[in-house]
Amino acid sequence: MKVGVLVFPGTWSHQDFAHVLEDVLGTGWGYVWHKETSVAGYDCLILPGGFAHGDYLRCGAIARFSPVMEAVIRFAKAGGPVLGSCNGFQILCEAGLLPGALLRNDSLQYRCRWVHLRAENVETPFTRTLRPGQILKMPISHGEGRYFASPELLAALNANGQIVFRYATPDGQIAAAANPNGALENIAGICSEGRNVVGLMPHPERAAEPLLGSEDGRPLFDAMLHAALPR
Amino acid sequence: MIEARIHVTLKKSVLDPQGDTVRSGLASLGFSTVHDCRIGKFMVLRLNETDAKAAEATVNEMCRKLLANPVIEEYVFQINEVAG
Repeated sequence: MKVGVLVFPGTWSHQDFAHVLEDVLGTGWGYVWHKETSVAGYDCLILPGGFAHGDYLRCGAIARFSPVMEAVIRFAKAGGPVLGSCNGFQILCEAGLLPGALLRNDSLQYRCRWVHLRAENVETPFTRTLRPGQILKMPISHGEGRYFASPELLAALNANGQIVFRYATPDGQIAAAANPNGALENIAGICSEGRNVVGLMPHPERAAEPLLGSEDGRPLFDAMLHAALPR
Repeated sequence: MIEARIHVTLKKSVLDPQGDTVRSGLASLGFSTVHDCRIGKFMVLRLNETDAKAAEATVNEMCRKLLANPVIEEYVFQINEVAG
């Protein structure tokens, strides 16, 4: 198992992912610079958080045209598992690998705090270790995380089971008070129709060991480690 | 030379909290007639092009592919001939 961690100019969470892969999971990994044109040799790809290309124009808008993205799109279309967190989620939306868009938080504030998530789809390569409805505690750190989709798209996402995580209260209620950014229907994470591309605003890599106050990000990595193996 | 002046704004159906905040700021200054405020982006491009029709087609394509995100935004632009 070898995990590719993408790095764009302005990416900032790649070292946190590298630390989890190396020191917590002990799995093979490598950085993939955005100028690369191939992702050959990797079984799974991660797009970390940050401000790729300064988030100029729109979050993820310029990153989508980095040379590596053509290889990422080919990898995803072939069914390869791809995880985008925070800015990585925004890039996957801009690249058309995930539907919808992420807008400025309704509070206009940059929100950096713990949230609770309810697992809605446990059939993706990153959530197979979870129970349906399981509550996970993870941090968020973003100014533009308000998930938006047209009413038609939102209905399709619900019908297809493409909503992976919703912001919830600690006891699992989907309430406005638990929504940190004004996301439609408290959506925190979604997946592609094929289930292999997953994006979420929270940071599982910052909640994967007890020292950090939560290990609830860990099951996503455990699921990922088995994603490349036949089920 | 042709100059394209492009406005990109959030669609009407998309909440614009920044615009709402500016509207309430104007209201607190006494500008109570402001019913709505939307904030967007304004871009000026200069093209090495002489044919206005061709420039219009190119700018349309630029807007669709990069300058606006059709999921959340809409755009309008004007094409003007300017001295190089």
